Amino acid sequence: MSAWLPIDEIATKVNAGDLSAVDLVDLALGHIADKKQYNAVISTMADRAKSRARLIDERIKNGETMGKLAGVPFIAKDNFLTFGGETTAASNILRGFEAPYQATAIEKLEAEGAICVAKANLDAFAHGGSTENSDFGTTLNPVDPSRVPGGSSGGSAASVALDIVPFALGSDTGGSCREPASFSGCVGYKPTYGIISRYGVVAMASSTDVVGLLTRNIYETGYLLNILAGKDVHDSTSIDRQESYLVTSNSSEKKVKVGLVREFMGEGVDSSVKESILRAVEKLKNDGIDVVEVSIPSIDLALACYYIIVPAEISSNLSRYDGQRYGFSADGTTTLEESYKSSRGIGFNSENKRRIMIGTYVLSSGYYDAYYKKAAKLRTKLINEFNEAFKSVDYLIGPTAPSTAPKIGEKSDDPLKMYLLDIMTVPVNLVGVPAVSIPCGFAEQMPVGLQIIGQSSHDKELLEYANKCEGVLK
Amino acid sequence: MTQITKGDVAKLAQLARLNLSEDEVEQYAKEIATIFHYIDKLQSVDTEGLEPTYQVTGLHSVTRPDEVAGDGALQPDLLNNAPDTENNLFKVKRMVG
Repeated sequence: MSAWLPIDEIATKVNAGDLSAVDLVDLALGHIADKKQYNAVISTMADRAKSRARLIDERIKNGETMGKLAGVPFIAKDNFLTFGGETTAASNILRGFEAPYQATAIEKLEAEGAICVAKANLDAFAHGGSTENSDFGTTLNPVDPSRVPGGSSGGSAASVALDIVPFALGSDTGGSCREPASFSGCVGYKPTYGIISRYGVVAMASSTDVVGLLTRNIYETGYLLNILAGKDVHDSTSIDRQESYLVTSNSSEKKVKVGLVREFMGEGVDSSVKESILRAVEKLKNDGIDVVEVSIPSIDLALACYYIIVPAEISSNLSRYDGQRYGFSADGTTTLEESYKSSRGIGFNSENKRRIMIGTYVLSSGYYDAYYKKAAKLRTKLINEFNEAFKSVDYLIGPTAPSTAPKIGEKSDDPLKMYLLDIMTVPVNLVGVPAVSIPCGFAEQMPVGLQIIGQSSHDKELLEYANKCEGVLK
Repeated sequence: MTQITKGDVAKLAQLARLNLSEDEVEQYAKEIATIFHYIDKLQSVDTEGLEPTYQVTGLHSVTRPDEVAGDGALQPDLLNNAPDTENNLFKVKRMVG
C-alpha cells in the first residue's frame, strides 16, 4: 500500500482544508531523508516548496480553490529547469546552474497547486539506461539495492517505487521513463511526440525527446497528462492535444486486438522475462483480449538507427555548453578556443563525450550520407512498418526491456552492452508513437514491465487500454 | 568494418572542441570502433526510394509574429550564471592566439 492517497483525493482534501499542503511537503521531505541511501535525489527545494505550501494553505483558508493538484508533492528529473535550487542534468558542466525560468511542464503542474520538492538523479544529460553515468553517483534499485534502477530517469522511477512522492516527472528519448519503470516496478509513460511541451527541458535529441511520467498507476498518468498536454508557444514542435485524457473505468468497452511483437521475444531476451510476459499474455487472453503475433522486421535495425540519429542530435544540442555563458568554465586558459575545449573536456563525462564524438562523426562531411541520411531513411521504413501493423491490430505489446535490472557495474564498462538494454524502447521514440510500461510480474524476484504501444495522438485510448490491462494483471 | 584510428578520434575531438587525454583517445578509438561495427549493419539494408525522416510531427516552418517578446527582465538572472561579465555583457578570452 502506498503511503499516499490517490492524487485527486489529496487535492480534494487540501482544497477542503482537511489536509495541509505544509504537512504533505514535510512528509515528502521526511521520505527523502529516510531513503537517502538510495541516492534517488540530487537536491531538494525545501525552502521554496515550504513557502509555496504555506501560501496554498493560506489561500484555501481564505476561501480560494487551488487546483486539481493542490498540495500534491512531486519530484522532477534534474533536467527540468526549476526555480528554488540548481538544475544540473546530473552533469558537472551544469553544477551550480540556477535556471532563470521554469519548464512549461513545471509551470503547468504548479498552476494546479502541485509542489516540486526535489530534483531526481539521472544519467548525465540523460545519456544512459542505469544512472551509472550520473556525475552525482548511481541511484540504487528500490527492490534490490545491489542493482541499478534503470535510466535515464532512474531517480524519478526510484522515487515513485520507494513511495517518496506520489509521482515524478521524467523524460524519454529512447526509453528513459519506460525502462526504469520496468526495472524499479512502477508505471512509466512516454506520450506521443509533441503533446507535452519540451520548453525548459535540457535537450538531448530534439526529434525524439518527450516529457514523460513515472506514476503508481495508469489512472494517475491520465490525470496528470490531462494537465500537462497541449500546444505551447515556447515549443514550436508541440502539437494539438486530445480533449481529455482522464481514464474512466467503463470507457474501454470496445473489442480490441493486440499484437505481440515477434522481434521483442527473440534472441537476446532473458527467458525469465519472456516467461513473465507470456504469463501476462495468457491472463489477457483469458480475459477475452484477442492477442495475435505480428512482425515488424526493421525493429532489429532500430537500435543501430537510433545510435546514429540520437548522437547526431546530441552533438548538436550539447555544443551550447561552451563554458562562456553558464555552467563550468575551466581555469588557466588564454584563448577562447582553449577555454571551449578545456571546459568541455573536463565538464562532460566519458559517455557524454563518446556520444558527442559519434554524432560528430556521422554528421561530418563524407559520412553524412552513409550514416545520418541512411538512418533517416531507415526511420521512414520503421514508421511504415508500424503503420502497417496498426492496420491489423490496435496495440503492440512485448517486454519493456530484454532483462530485469542488471547489477551495478555489470554493463557499465561496455557501452554497447548498455545500449542493447534500449532495444525494445528506442523504436517507439523513432516512430513518435505513445507507449507505456506497466508492472506485469516478477522474474527472479525482480520486477518485469509489459510495454504497450499505441497509435500516434491516441494517448487517451492507449491509457484506457493500459488501465484495463493493469486491472487484469493485478 | 569501420576502422577508427587514434588520429580519427583526435580529429573528431577537435571538431567537437573537446580536450582529451592520451588514455581517452586510445579508449574511444576502441569503443567507437565496436559501436560502429554494430551500427554498420545498416549499410546492407536497401533504402532505395525511401525519403528520410528527420522529425515526426509533420509541422513545417512554425512561425510567430516578429515582435519583441518579454521585457528583458531575465537579463540579470542570465548574466548571473556567467563565469565572467562586463557592462552587462558576457566576457570571453581573446579569440586570436
